[in-house]
Amino acid sequence: MAIISESVKAMNGYNLHVVKTEKYKTNTLVWKMKAPLKKNTVTLRSLLPHVLQSSSSSYPSTGKLRAYLDELYGATLFVDLAKKGEYHVITISVEIANEKFLSDPTPLLKKAFQFLAEILTKPNVHEGAFDEDTVEKEKRTLIQRIQSVYDDKMRYSNFRLVQEMCKEEPYALHVHGEKEDVDNITPQSLYEYYQQALAEDELDLYVIGDVEEADAETYAGELLTFEKRTPQTAPASSVRTKDSVNEVREEQDVKQGKLNIGYRTNVVYGDPEYYALQVFNGIFGGFSHSKLFLNVREKASLAYYVASRLESHKGLMMVMSGIDNSNYDQAVSIIKEQLDAMKNGDFTEQEMEQTKAVIKNQLLETVDTARGIVEVLYHNVVSGKEITLQTWMNEMDKVTKEEIAAIAKKVSMDTVYFLTGKEAGK
Amino acid sequence: MEKINFDQLQEELYHEKLENGLDVFILPKKGFNKTYATFTTKYGSIDNHFLPPGKEEFVKVPDGIAHFLEHKLFEKEDGDVFQQFSKQGASANAFTSFTRTAYLFSSTSNVEMNLETLIDFVQDPYFTEKTVEKEKGIIGQEITMYDDNPDWRLYFGLIENMFKNHPVKIDIAGTIESISHITKDMLYECYETFYHPSNMLLFIVGPVDPNQIMSQVRDNQSKKDYKEIPEIKRQFEEEPSESAKKKKVLEMNVQTSKCLVGIKSSTANQSGKEMLKNELSLNVLLDIFFGKSSEHYSSLYSEGLIDDTFSFDYTQEQGFGFAMVGGDTNDPDRLAEALQKMLLDAREKGAISQETLNRTKKKKIGAFLRAVNSPEYIANQFTRYAFNEMDLFDVVPTLESITLEDVEKAAGNLISEERFTVCQVVPKK
Repeated sequence: MAIISESVKAMNGYNLHVVKTEKYKTNTLVWKMKAPLKKNTVTLRSLLPHVLQSSSSSYPSTGKLRAYLDELYGATLFVDLAKKGEYHVITISVEIANEKFLSDPTPLLKKAFQFLAEILTKPNVHEGAFDEDTVEKEKRTLIQRIQSVYDDKMRYSNFRLVQEMCKEEPYALHVHGEKEDVDNITPQSLYEYYQQALAEDELDLYVIGDVEEADAETYAGELLTFEKRTPQTAPASSVRTKDSVNEVREEQDVKQGKLNIGYRTNVVYGDPEYYALQVFNGIFGGFSHSKLFLNVREKASLAYYVASRLESHKGLMMVMSGIDNSNYDQAVSIIKEQLDAMKNGDFTEQEMEQTKAVIKNQLLETVDTARGIVEVLYHNVVSGKEITLQTWMNEMDKVTKEEIAAIAKKVSMDTVYFLTGKEAGK
Repeated sequence: MEKINFDQLQEELYHEKLENGLDVFILPKKGFNKTYATFTTKYGSIDNHFLPPGKEEFVKVPDGIAHFLEHKLFEKEDGDVFQQFSKQGASANAFTSFTRTAYLFSSTSNVEMNLETLIDFVQDPYFTEKTVEKEKGIIGQEITMYDDNPDWRLYFGLIENMFKNHPVKIDIAGTIESISHITKDMLYECYETFYHPSNMLLFIVGPVDPNQIMSQVRDNQSKKDYKEIPEIKRQFEEEPSESAKKKKVLEMNVQTSKCLVGIKSSTANQSGKEMLKNELSLNVLLDIFFGKSSEHYSSLYSEGLIDDTFSFDYTQEQGFGFAMVGGDTNDPDRLAEALQKMLLDAREKGAISQETLNRTKKKKIGAFLRAVNSPEYIANQFTRYAFNEMDLFDVVPTLESITLEDVEKAAGNLISEERFTVCQVVPKK
């Protein structure tokens, strides 16, 4: 039996994905809108879902809209933005109780579809513009959301690394957009962009839960209809090979230094070498049995957290760690030694098998949550591939030591970013 | 082994209290890939003043020692336990709270082996002076990381304001200074006091056969020789009912200010059903006044005093409790003032309508269903409830039973100006 039984059906303007499972006490609808990441739309896209979720034509205030959700046994409405490679993805999700676990048997699923359709297609609009109050409030919140990155130094240093490393690429844009572009957005311009996004974005609807496929198809068909489109594709990620490593040091009033290192892997999800890359990352820094954790934390006592992770659709690997300001040189040199060890094939069969087992475990655990199922399946939409979870795990199993060492040799250090305290060097 | 059925939720729970006093619970979850298990001791950062078994005098231990012990249990003579779990395809972790230390793993294969590893590593301490010293560097970096985190500083700043003596005001990880005094002998003393099976609870949730798992745990425990120990004696100083400090402002390297208003609980001596009803009533109360469908939320949002980081919570354990409301703001003083007025008004008779109460109860019931999709939530919350003599599976029936009078009574008990406090983080000038 397949691990996830996904059925995909082409609807008007979008694909409907149904995953039927009895393991949850709720049903989940996830709406995805994907477009290339661009400077002139990133801020509009960041604002749009927040405006859509704060009021609609039938529920013209946040209070009314949220009171309706409370009535539906606390159905949740949640919006989110993400960068997937050079794409900007808007997610709107609705999760609702399955009435078979309630003492009140009123059916709820269709109401969730109706509600999602309301949010998406019946916004609070007057004369070709979104409600002005709503837009102003959400602009203010967006500015705070963008600003808050600065206050969380772990997020900030990661953002700064990407900004420095991908300077000439769309990927450097912040997921929530640009602060200086917020002011120029008007209720009219946002409404125009809303129409454009619904007409041009690649759209997908996921339905996860104890749901009959036929019912999902009927509700979706009745309530959500859009024009057919050929979604825009983002230009392939440019491969940048620098002659030398870019070192960036920034001083701020912080107690702990944040060391973030960016590497180019030049391998993305869907490439034949992606599986070897994933195992490589696991041995190198992905887990608490990895080389980074063992050598930077357990042996040298330099850090509490040190890890590496992949940006699967962009072909990057990021290492992050929090260290004492004075330990920069030692930490960087230990991290470099670990990558050299990987290149030289200096890791055991056992480390490799252990890592494969843990990655498999992680994938299987991910698809125990409705959100996780959607994230795993959506990789295929972003990459234009059709890789099942089973194939993913089988291919990973076949990865050899030689393939891992070969990948390690392709991984090149691009930028070292260090956020350091003011007393550094004293 | 007893079996408890929850018909409405369509769940079954298996329980046995073993001879050595260990409570074991198993909740089979069909269709899930993962099994999640937690092994928890009722021992957290607040338990810093106690009588070790066989001793005559109470001891006071350095701040942060429960958390330090949690770190050190993972290290053994032949290497660290993370390695062993990952060889068996599992991921392991642990956390320390005010009142609990939990060790856990999740895995989609080798469940029996991983369970054996979990129980055995927690029940086999190995502390040496050398490994204790090495850990000070690692935990030092953990402490420094939190020092730079404005949300953490705000949260602990608020708790520190509320309590004069109670050790809940101590940061769970301690300070770099306090952990410098920790020795291997102190760790053993804490371990022997708090890690006896009779002070612990094992919870397993996942696609497992309860009979098989229970017999495995029984066999494992019967091979170990635990002597009965007297009841654990903890000591807490008297705590005044009012907040110790009315206001604190922390200047930090941030761009956006933050503000939390807190209320110290007056009902911290409760346990069992009384505590469950009080805690749920107060969470309903806060949701009525500050949830996204409330008038207060709309007006604060419209005025630009809050954004989507705004949150609220009431939490209670044996001996302490508090409510908190707030988030990021452009005007921390105006927000503090507005929230305090709203809280005082919430106490007034007639402030809540029956209709709003019914709607909020529905919302909370739905939220519980959503929460029990998560094996992590079930295991961790069940344990927390059990340590306070409450039952997680009483949540829905208790919510259904809550009346307007219950909420008004809980509000009356909680809300009182002398127990208010304010903590703010503002950009450094």
